[in-house]
Amino acid sequence: MGRKLLLKDINVPGIKSFEVYRKMGGYASVEKALKTMTPDSVMEEVKKSGLRGRGGAGFPTGMKWSFLDRKSDKPRYLICNADESEPGTFKDRFLMEYLPHALIEGMIVSSFALGANTSYIYMRGEFRWIFPILEKAIEEARAAGFLGNNMLGTDYSLELYVHSGGGAYICGEETAQIESLEGKRGNPRNKPPFPAVVGLYGCPTVVNNVESIATVPHILNMGGDEYAKIGIGKSTGTKLISASGHINKPGVYEIELGLPVEEFIYSDEYCGGIWKGRKMKACVPGGSSVPILPTELMLKTAKGEPRLMSYESLSDGGFATGSMLGSGGFIVFDETACIVRNTWTYARFYHHESCGQCSPCREGTGWMEKVLHRIETGHGKMSDIDLLVDVAKKIEGNTICPLGDAAAWPVAAAVRHFREEFEYHVRYPEKVKDPKHFEKEPFVSEKKAVAA
Amino acid sequence: MAKVTIDGIEIEVADGTTILQAARQIGGEIVPPAMCYYSTLKNSGGKCRACLVKVAAGSAKDPRPMPKLVPSCITTVQDGMVVENITNPTVLETRKGVVEFLLLNHPLDCPICDQAGECDLQNFAYNHGVSKTRYEEERRTFEQHDIGDKIKLHMNRCILCYRCTYVADQLTDNRVHGVLNRGDHAEISTYIEKAIDNEFSGNMIDVCPVGALTDKTFRFKQRVWFTKPLDAHRDCPKCSGKVVLWTKGNDVLRVTARKDQYNEVKEFICNECRYDHKDMNDWVIEGPRHIERGSVISQNHYEKIDLVKLKADVERQLKFQEGKRLNEANNTPA
Repeated sequence: MGRKLLLKDINVPGIKSFEVYRKMGGYASVEKALKTMTPDSVMEEVKKSGLRGRGGAGFPTGMKWSFLDRKSDKPRYLICNADESEPGTFKDRFLMEYLPHALIEGMIVSSFALGANTSYIYMRGEFRWIFPILEKAIEEARAAGFLGNNMLGTDYSLELYVHSGGGAYICGEETAQIESLEGKRGNPRNKPPFPAVVGLYGCPTVVNNVESIATVPHILNMGGDEYAKIGIGKSTGTKLISASGHINKPGVYEIELGLPVEEFIYSDEYCGGIWKGRKMKACVPGGSSVPILPTELMLKTAKGEPRLMSYESLSDGGFATGSMLGSGGFIVFDETACIVRNTWTYARFYHHESCGQCSPCREGTGWMEKVLHRIETGHGKMSDIDLLVDVAKKIEGNTICPLGDAAAWPVAAAVRHFREEFEYHVRYPEKVKDPKHFEKEPFVSEKKAVAA
Repeated sequence: MAKVTIDGIEIEVADGTTILQAARQIGGEIVPPAMCYYSTLKNSGGKCRACLVKVAAGSAKDPRPMPKLVPSCITTVQDGMVVENITNPTVLETRKGVVEFLLLNHPLDCPICDQAGECDLQNFAYNHGVSKTRYEEERRTFEQHDIGDKIKLHMNRCILCYRCTYVADQLTDNRVHGVLNRGDHAEISTYIEKAIDNEFSGNMIDVCPVGALTDKTFRFKQRVWFTKPLDAHRDCPKCSGKVVLWTKGNDVLRVTARKDQYNEVKEFICNECRYDHKDMNDWVIEGPRHIERGSVISQNHYEKIDLVKLKADVERQLKFQEGKRLNEANNTPA
């Protein structure tokens, strides 16, 4: 059994309520921080822990906090990014739904560390039913004196608000989220200036993922150094992985970073192997925007070392032979899955969610979707495959926010690793007319057959 | 002061200047194209990605190159910055890509578009694009709308530069239109048609880089290159009153604000000047308008005809015609 922090008490009955959560040791970090620590020492602990942002980019949380402009006399804000909309990722929803107080506790200590007196939880519009759960948790915490003016007899005050978005993927991008919170259209801002200097209402702001914030109380309880011992190398601590796809046991799992990928997929403690006794074909390890990898490269790196669930190991080999841990949306495909169809589905999503502000993303995502649809339905040409690569290359890195990259990477990676399947679609248009073509007749790589 | 090198040319500019503005101070070929940036509109820029440049060295203090191409219109210069624009093949390749993206859903209706001849997108595509498209699918289309009684919105042609929304935000007293929907279905719109009736709404037409917003009092009247631009002014209580009259004979076909060489209006004009004074007698004519670039008018410089060159051209043409006749005579079988 790997070590559990966030989901340690998930099976305790009534953990959603304040009393049970408090009985299990909840809100201890708030008392510790407010009564015995200074904001700077809280930040120091988080820095020592080596906690990396759990939202996808993996930027060290402590460092992000230290960039916050403390010199200005403007108010500072903390925003919790609960706009989890990445296809394949559902860990934050799980956390907020079943452990709402974990997030509230994290918000309190993080706001204390940053000196924020008003903090927001920006929640995805589709999470309607979680809204009352969080509101109730906030009310319970306030009744117990953990929120409001002069908390626990100190001179620190905090107000916490839950804000529901309108259901746009782009509002998960931090500057778009800030715009949306200000009541404007959720368009990402040009950077610099970064939110740490000019953020919400023009004031210094930190935007953190739900899981990152919920981890902070554990860091304070056990100490930053102790937390840094969990995990491997620069990937410290535990991480929630939302496993989905063709596996026996889909769900949210807490793993210690550094767990071998093979163990995660095949052990009964986690995914429990591929369903229906089939073989694995490919895997997207970090949510739909990270590159897809074929089984060989997923289980072992290009150098032949076993691949581990960590920020470094998953990105080993760059995009040529590696991928990213991303937000931890672990999607497994068995041998009957059609990579072209899957890539088209992703492209359709990004086409639908592009905000339309900058031209490469606005026009390019739609173009890629249309070309992929053509190939998938058997109307493609060989030149379309190279066209896809070229369009992806022209979007990547040339947009205001990372949505352009997120749209381009999966397409480029799918062509890179599964070119033969794209060619199959062009060569046998009659066979691929049926959407379930690979279930009837699994795809066999001719290249590998020749090599064997 | 900051010293920057753009394509090997060094220039010293004030702190806080953007790369694009620094390049404009140098002028010429190295000025990056701009489709959405507008110097007189705050917060504009960064959207079209036409002006992306490579920063080969960030500053004298930190000479590392920037990892991605940066939009030159909103990136401020640092002392010791080295910028590559037309000398960098990646930049030119990316720009080709941006042209292709902008033209994907843009209709090829230049022959009936009033903007043709002074269209930023035409110039941009001609200078930086390729002549063929690889796009085979159907273009997305919208219905045409009226914004007020004087402006036609042709959304198919829009490249979503957001300039007109900034005009609405910054020049007029209350915000009347904005962007609806997202992605390639995003459109400039107002909820209640014909609701825009403020004094400066007409400037949307001038800032539009393409033919998405056109003047209904000028639509389909005349091709731009058949009109003569004249500088003129009048005493206007609402605006500076400095305009350009686009005339044919003694008819004033169109009134616009004065644009500089980068097609930017420095002094916006009011709707009264724009629509209600289409009579030569209402204006004090200053003389022919000199248009340096950004318009087809700049090609023949009619305001200073070189008579010697014209004579030589005519003679050459006559000689050529004569030669043709001689040849025909010689080739005709007897």
